Amino acid sequence: MKEVWVFIEQEELKIHPVSFELLGIAQKLAKDLSGKVSAVLVGHNVKPLVEEIFAYGAEKIYVVDHKVLSYYRHIPYVYALTYLAKKYKPEIFLIGATTLGRDLAGGVATLLETGLTADVTELSIDPETKNLLMTRPAYGGNIMATIVCPNHRPQMATVRPRVFPIPEREEGKIGEVIEEKMELTEEMAGVERIGFLPKEKTVNLEYADIIVAGGKGIGGKEGFEILKELAHLLNGEVGASRFAVESGWISYEHQVGQTGKTVRPKVYFAFGISGAIQHRAGMQNSDFIIAVNIDPEAPIFKIADLGIIGDWKEVATALIRALKNRRGS
Amino acid sequence: MLNILVSIKQVPDTTNIRINPETGTLIREGVPSIINPYDVVALSLACYLKNQFGGSITVITMGPPQARLALKEAMEFGADRIILLTDRKFAGADTLATSYTLAETIKYLERENPFHLYLFGKQAIDGDTAQVGPGVAARLKVPVITYVTKIENIDLKEKIIILHRKTEKGVEIIKAKLPVLITCEKDLAKSPFVPLSEILKAVKSEPEIFAADGPVKFEREKLGLKGSPTQVKKVFTPELKKDTLIYDLSTTSIDEVVMKIIHILEEKKII
Repeated sequence: MKEVWVFIEQEELKIHPVSFELLGIAQKLAKDLSGKVSAVLVGHNVKPLVEEIFAYGAEKIYVVDHKVLSYYRHIPYVYALTYLAKKYKPEIFLIGATTLGRDLAGGVATLLETGLTADVTELSIDPETKNLLMTRPAYGGNIMATIVCPNHRPQMATVRPRVFPIPEREEGKIGEVIEEKMELTEEMAGVERIGFLPKEKTVNLEYADIIVAGGKGIGGKEGFEILKELAHLLNGEVGASRFAVESGWISYEHQVGQTGKTVRPKVYFAFGISGAIQHRAGMQNSDFIIAVNIDPEAPIFKIADLGIIGDWKEVATALIRALKNRRGS
Repeated sequence: MLNILVSIKQVPDTTNIRINPETGTLIREGVPSIINPYDVVALSLACYLKNQFGGSITVITMGPPQARLALKEAMEFGADRIILLTDRKFAGADTLATSYTLAETIKYLERENPFHLYLFGKQAIDGDTAQVGPGVAARLKVPVITYVTKIENIDLKEKIIILHRKTEKGVEIIKAKLPVLITCEKDLAKSPFVPLSEILKAVKSEPEIFAADGPVKFEREKLGLKGSPTQVKKVFTPELKKDTLIYDLSTTSIDEVVMKIIHILEEKKII
């Protein structure tokens, strides 16, 4: 039976939500292939995680548990995944397009001598050929390209976090666990982590419920202070277009789009953002988009649910005032 | 002495890209070509390390004949040897075929004098895949360290390098044994000051040309389009259509607009 594999990204026994998102889309792909969803879990003392992985839709879990895999390192992880894929021959292999996943996938695909499509935003099965159709933004997000890998298996893709929704969790589901023993040594890892400096303040854009984003129209750093105040009042995060980040108005962590983060908040405010594909690719899955722009022709209005033609600052400050009054009363 | 290899790519300046609205294809005419900005960081780092430790820099690129201009520019960063891989048989390569072509070339170049460091940009701005660096490392069987933000120390005697790499949760400090392949983040190195004499030298320089039939011995079926498992099936600009409720502030009052937004936020239980 054809298997759709999902790499389970975990650090310190905490699973990255993108792995659940991939288990969700993998179920759909497996159904179209009359196949099954399998998860690949690699690390040290990771067995407590299997219940959670079954609950999100895996039917089978391949586990490699080894001390050398206790934290992510390229060579041992690549080795473990390549070994499993050569032995069990999946049809499709999906990996989250996170920092870790992108580091990992290139090595695995090369050793398997198969194709790998990066940063995919849409996945489906071609009804005729049964090949995987992998769509991604290209040329800095100016166009979309659909990529196929017809003659090599597995068909591999890295998929951006937040492109697909997290599936419903079904408690009590179980399946088959296949544990692989592997010879791994500290020497083969080649690198050693000798320290870690955690980020002081993390911007949790990808999983924020509210994002207040600004672009070229904001005009400078001062403008972003207003957006920060609005975001604060709504318990949200501040987002930005590539232009705003490259102009030095706000740091890269805030960037939404093809070269930044993909987001899907409940409400996305786009202030002074024209809406080039490269930006839209990162936010078009938001539940509700409110766009404010002075230019009635701005492409952002075509994907917005509510569009306001006018001065962003007037809307933002009036909204701040209204929210403050509401709190006061 | 450090023996450094830098791999660069000439890319269209994607901030200037235009799309033909009828065909959905790129308009390449009039789009300036630049060295991929992350590869400029790799070149800058190479220049800095050469000044500090001595040694030599070899720069390679694969691309059409005009990619020679990118290599000439690389001379300004103190490159000692520049090589252009150009041949119609290389064309249409995806990341697997590209990593094969580059890795075989690197193996050929280091037959007598192995490299200590292989420097790549973290990704190219035209494809944004970030796959070629890790792919080349897998073929060379050397550790890859991606998203590097700082070189803390290189001990040439012990062949040890200590560096910082960016992850989603912070900065990892890594100790590794040379040789390693590094992919460079934006902040890793600043462009060096280039004396006029070097610029003049760069203008006069020409790269060595490597083709599919030599001097590197390639397996033909692993090159270019033929060696690429992935194929582009379709290229398109996404159609946009959504029922957008539009308010124009020149005809609707700001209070009405704000009321509407507040109403939406309440409905979604945000406030």
